[in-house]
Amino acid sequence: MRRRDFLLASGGLSASWLLAACGSRGPKGAEKLLKYAMRKNETLERGLFRHTSMDAPSSRWRNAGVALPKYYISDTVPVWDISARGQWTLEVSGLVTRPLTLTMDMLQRLPRITQRVNHYCVEGWTAVETWTGVRMSDLARAAGATPDAKYVDFQSFDNDYHESWDIESAMHPQTLICYGLDGRMLEPGHGAPARLFSPVKLGYKNTKYLTKIVFMPKRNGGYWSDQGYEWYAGT
Amino acid sequence: MAVERHHWFVRVTHWVNAVALVIMIGSGLQIFNAYPMFARRGMTFCCYPFAGKAIPHWATFGGWLAGARNWHFAMMWLFVVNGIAYVIFIYLHGEWRDLVPRRGDVRDSWEMLKFYAFVRKKHPHQGKHNALQKFTYFAIPILAALAVITGLAVWKPVSLAPLTNLMGGYVYARYWHFLVMLALVVLSAIHIFMVFAVDPYSIRSIVTGKYNPDRAPELRDARPFYHIFTRARHDVDAQA
Repeated sequence: MRRRDFLLASGGLSASWLLAACGSRGPKGAEKLLKYAMRKNETLERGLFRHTSMDAPSSRWRNAGVALPKYYISDTVPVWDISARGQWTLEVSGLVTRPLTLTMDMLQRLPRITQRVNHYCVEGWTAVETWTGVRMSDLARAAGATPDAKYVDFQSFDNDYHESWDIESAMHPQTLICYGLDGRMLEPGHGAPARLFSPVKLGYKNTKYLTKIVFMPKRNGGYWSDQGYEWYAGT
Repeated sequence: MAVERHHWFVRVTHWVNAVALVIMIGSGLQIFNAYPMFARRGMTFCCYPFAGKAIPHWATFGGWLAGARNWHFAMMWLFVVNGIAYVIFIYLHGEWRDLVPRRGDVRDSWEMLKFYAFVRKKHPHQGKHNALQKFTYFAIPILAALAVITGLAVWKPVSLAPLTNLMGGYVYARYWHFLVMLALVVLSAIHIFMVFAVDPYSIRSIVTGKYNPDRAPELRDARPFYHIFTRARHDVDAQA
């Protein structure tokens, strides 16, 4: 048997072995290769990212309304308990010159944006919704985020759920800290009192039940990104 | 007497593609199972009768949503690079001449169908491939390119918004991506069936490159499961 034939025959054999491996997770040894591809993809995705690339759903698409799923990590809908925890505040800290502790009143006095955008879920569904809130970039300016802040961690009171973002995506004009949905105040099912929402990241990156926004020099993983989902998860 | 039929570059890219395509489809179906329908939340979708029904586990790859996504977004590079290498090679090396349909190939396809349906007795005359094969092998790289383009639209609906909008938005981009996959599955299934049922001797040619022209389907008047072991006509004629 010639070397070339041997190589080809083994290629064919591995193909049939892969066919037989269907329904499986694939070979264990491939983990490193998959991680490598994920890093390379992130570089490409960050290269493709533009602050001028806007999400604009067609006016023919209806808002999801009650059809928007309610996802959280806790066993029951997380609700901020004022009697136990006191008044809800949003802390903006880390690499900032003016750390902020915002009450809902203070948050609502900041420049208000209402936008109708797509929600891209990692599962493959989308939902159009109209969100109201404050631009993350305005918040960063108010807190005086420093140039060495390359990442932002968004933390919640939903069982310590958090996800960290690259600063570019956080500063996208469609990245909002939302307190309103479809013209009403946010409900507990969708992340009340306030949540992060942007169409530039998959749903799981958009932390609900927000309590802390921390500007950081390094990334800090996240609830789903630590379990194997992409950390970048840009759309 | 065996002749060289497929260049080693074509054989390697064929098998690399086979592996990449199987993983792409398996992981894609696993991803699809996280939301096995197309409708935007709060809306309905016109054109998918199996909404809500999961793809059977045996047809999936990657184990879970994140695993499948990681495989899909890694293997796509092998699929793309291998596909581009194949197309460049057959263009520069001349194999494209055996694959690009020409005038008369529509008629010849009809004659092939008539032959397979026992309406026509003799196998139509052919070159390296019959007319149906030419259309199939010509369609595969085009479908693969469409799979990649629709896939990009699903992957980056904001960064590549003009592309996604061109396809009618995310929901339809995902639908076209699914339909292109289905077309690739159907053509591949027919391809594999015909290899085994009509010309099993061609398996050797896609592994070692060697092919015995005396076993060509045209000489055997081979239909699916007919004349698989019949010797070439001219051998029989020579004995008579």
